[in-house]
Amino acid sequence: MKKEQEIYYTKDVPVPETPEPGTEPEPWGKTRIIGERVPRVDGYERVSGSAVYPSDVMLPGMIHGAILRSPYPHAVVKSVNIEKARNMPGVRAAISMDSPGADLQWPYNKEVSTKLFDPRCLFEGETIAAVAAETPYQAMDAIKAIKVEYDVKPFVVDERKALKSGSVEVHEGGNRLKTATHERGDVEKGFAEADEVVEKTFRTECEIQTPLELHGCVANWDGDRLTVWESTQGVYSVQSKVAQVLKMPLSKVRIIGHYMGGGFGSKLNASKYTIIGALLAKASAKPVKMFLTREDAYIAVGNRPPSNMTVKMGVKKDGTLTAIQLKGNATGGAYPAGGTALIDWLFRDLYTCENVRTEMTDVYINAGPARPFRAPGHPQGSWALEQMMDMLAQKINIDPVQIRLKNIPKVSQAREGNPPYTSTGLEECLRKGAETFGWDRARKEAEANNKKDGHIKRGVGMGGCVWIVGGGGPPSTVVVKYFSDGSVNLNMGASDIGTGTKTVMALVVAEELGVKPSVIQIENADTGTTQYATPSGGSKTVPTEAPTVRNACIDAKQQILKMAAEDLGLDVEDRDAEDLRFEGEKVVSKSDPSKSVKIKEIKKLNKRGLVMGIGYRGPNPENKTVNPFAAQFCEVEVNTRTGEVKVLRFLGAHDSGRVMDRLTYDNQVFGGITMGIGFGMTEWRVLDDGQTGKMLNKNWHDYKLPTALDVPMDMTCVPIELHDHEANNTGAKGLGEPVTIPTAGAIANAVNHATGLRFTDTPINPIFVSRMQDKTRAAEKAGKEALSKEARNKEEG
Amino acid sequence: MKSKDPAKHTHARGSCECRKGITRRGFMTRLGVGAAGVAASGALFPQTAAAKEMEMIKAGDMAKITLRVNGREHTLLAEPRWTLLYVIREKLGLTGSKIGCERGECGACTVLIDNIPRYACMTLAVEARGAEITTVEGLMEGEDLGPVQQAFLEEDAFQCGYCTPGQVVAAEGHLRADPDPTDDEVLRGMSGNLCRCGAYPHIFKAVRSAAEKRRRGKGGEG
Repeated sequence: MKKEQEIYYTKDVPVPETPEPGTEPEPWGKTRIIGERVPRVDGYERVSGSAVYPSDVMLPGMIHGAILRSPYPHAVVKSVNIEKARNMPGVRAAISMDSPGADLQWPYNKEVSTKLFDPRCLFEGETIAAVAAETPYQAMDAIKAIKVEYDVKPFVVDERKALKSGSVEVHEGGNRLKTATHERGDVEKGFAEADEVVEKTFRTECEIQTPLELHGCVANWDGDRLTVWESTQGVYSVQSKVAQVLKMPLSKVRIIGHYMGGGFGSKLNASKYTIIGALLAKASAKPVKMFLTREDAYIAVGNRPPSNMTVKMGVKKDGTLTAIQLKGNATGGAYPAGGTALIDWLFRDLYTCENVRTEMTDVYINAGPARPFRAPGHPQGSWALEQMMDMLAQKINIDPVQIRLKNIPKVSQAREGNPPYTSTGLEECLRKGAETFGWDRARKEAEANNKKDGHIKRGVGMGGCVWIVGGGGPPSTVVVKYFSDGSVNLNMGASDIGTGTKTVMALVVAEELGVKPSVIQIENADTGTTQYATPSGGSKTVPTEAPTVRNACIDAKQQILKMAAEDLGLDVEDRDAEDLRFEGEKVVSKSDPSKSVKIKEIKKLNKRGLVMGIGYRGPNPENKTVNPFAAQFCEVEVNTRTGEVKVLRFLGAHDSGRVMDRLTYDNQVFGGITMGIGFGMTEWRVLDDGQTGKMLNKNWHDYKLPTALDVPMDMTCVPIELHDHEANNTGAKGLGEPVTIPTAGAIANAVNHATGLRFTDTPINPIFVSRMQDKTRAAEKAGKEALSKEARNKEEG
Repeated sequence: MKSKDPAKHTHARGSCECRKGITRRGFMTRLGVGAAGVAASGALFPQTAAAKEMEMIKAGDMAKITLRVNGREHTLLAEPRWTLLYVIREKLGLTGSKIGCERGECGACTVLIDNIPRYACMTLAVEARGAEITTVEGLMEGEDLGPVQQAFLEEDAFQCGYCTPGQVVAAEGHLRADPDPTDDEVLRGMSGNLCRCGAYPHIFKAVRSAAEKRRRGKGGEG
């Protein structure tokens, strides 16, 4: 008996009081398991190789799909001949726009849709035809045998050129999709009141998600029922889109995504390949594995839009911001895809300023449509805003941390009615982060080093941020099955996209029910067997699902206490169950501790086999907003001979509410910084603007992700844990997006500190650093004339 | 940074057991290719006895090959163009090795061939005849995790987990060649395996911890 107790109950863990039905639970006091460094509950599967990702699924008789895509950025398909491909060895199905059942509409949004195989190809990588064959090799052979006649059209792949008159039109009526403006106060008045005004133009290059697991699915029909194993962040969103496109009842479409190898926003929903996989499976009457090639994943399934931002800001001598003005453009590619979405948010919300005006124009070009990418819009805006803050600080000669501290907002300025935040840790992120980093000393040491001769310069920089969401919210439903032996099964629809969702939810169950995480079995991400959840993304999964899981646990506890009350001869109707509490393996009476029953021996629980607790996500607080905040600090070394920038160390101070698992929390912070280093220093989509319009670096050799050698191993995570009882009943806010928002801007500021050079365009790689240094040296030699000519050239080009 | 006594292990050309066959740099030079992108984990192709005596097979014909994977022999028919990765995943059902790029850039498919980490997507199945192939499944001790896997679990050295089997196998290979690497050697050794989630700091800690575990005599061969 003692041994069993050890298996199911955590020793010396008092189970939190069970609230009355219909009332909100008290916030956790001191937690026992939440916040500890707990290895992942599904770690075994992931490190042993036994986890079956969608790309690992193998079904009896399964064959392999492949898609033919447009090699041109702009063309009209005149004809497609799939007959030769259809008759090749091993080929079981070949489909194109003329095939029966393939004439389907693909919606980009409510207004804009195309055909699944649309003859108008507006970007390199648009789908033309598809085949399925017994081996992937045979499928690729067949793809090459498809004959397509194209009417090749002129293209435009640079959004700056697309806005000029006489440009090629991606869609009839011009390339200007929409212009979004926001205004408060009077920026002209603000500039007039300023002691210093700075204006600068910035550009961020297009970044591609490139998760390690390729985009794709396995599709299988059983008569009129379709099952899809999809590498996705949200099984229910995929189900909804597949059912919509194929005109099927939701109940007949089952999506399974137990594991997935990364998405970063690019796998929030179904894609054309999902539908194509289903059509090939139908046509061949076999299960079809339909995964993209890496090259296709670069051009067809999303990106972070490139942006151009001209920013003008005014500041008083004491550091008070008087005006912020942003004007610019960005492109989501050939279809409406949120090219400018949220780029302006930090300008409007992060720092206190009465006078703000933003205007961003979304532009069409002949390139693959964007998709959400970790904190959409924010890293782009942060790149410009954080550098502007440093430039203003230099003008008025105050410290970069101080100018930010001077402008901490008390309310969300960008939202209607200026609601307060449930908690805001921005000030503490800045103060505690700077202190832990050793900011003042590091700045001074770098400056002392840079006064010396020598080609290695040092710099220290920082940046702050807020993330627009990150509070989560309804809907969500979770079921907790409490078995008669005290072990627990957790059933939720949410995907674990690598952020540790399953682990965090197991910890919530462990905390609330007092059971060991190791005896909690989790079923998730299956529309056939698990509960409804929105896709995992936007740093909203933990603040959405964790309170829901807690509610489900409380529901189960209430039922168990009621059953125990019956066994103890208490009057259930007279709310005597409230006198009971969980204590280890027993339920005991608070008023009379001699009254107790072992959970395993509760009669009704044994008879029924289990208690099913159901949890729903309650509403967010009214008239308040829930947001995570952060500040990041870094130190870099710049080799002024080679242009190499080495990031020596990084610190992330993050206010994301309660830390749920310190191990996965640290990992998330370091991972976000790593991705930010990629955005700021190594990654950039190169489109062949001059000749073909094609992407020139659609592989990991030429499009460079940070490797182990490109990021510092010296990374520090400083959680700023404010007790936010209003956010939700677990006090957790989102973490996944803020961790990557201020990173690139902080690096640019550090490089400026080291060299005096201002890098307004990403990426800060050796080519651009050397080029900038050459220009600066040439300008020093040739005097100021050369510099002004350069500026003119840049404006024109 | 921890430095190492150079006399202990010099990696001298021709005498060092941890680098067999053609080096990637040497291979690139021979092909006249310039810069290499993501560093490869060790040599590119094994010079096994079977590879040297390879007979001509017509394209499209199936060749009967025997592969020794995780200590077990498998005889099967394979097209000459099939990669080792395709065969171990789709024909042998060992899906621990992942497909990331199929062009030798990410390392998700890393396996050990005669103890050296290699990209299975860049190795033809027919080339791997006669070699001792180890996948992530082969690092298990029955149902228990091997020391490198255990270290990755404890240090949370992954997020989505898709690059993880490749990272684990690469670490195992490097530690077999050099049980006591310096910090710099760990970073260089692991730089042929991409992790988009950015778990590098934890991977680094896991490899250090795995080296400890292995040195304490648990599992793995020297």
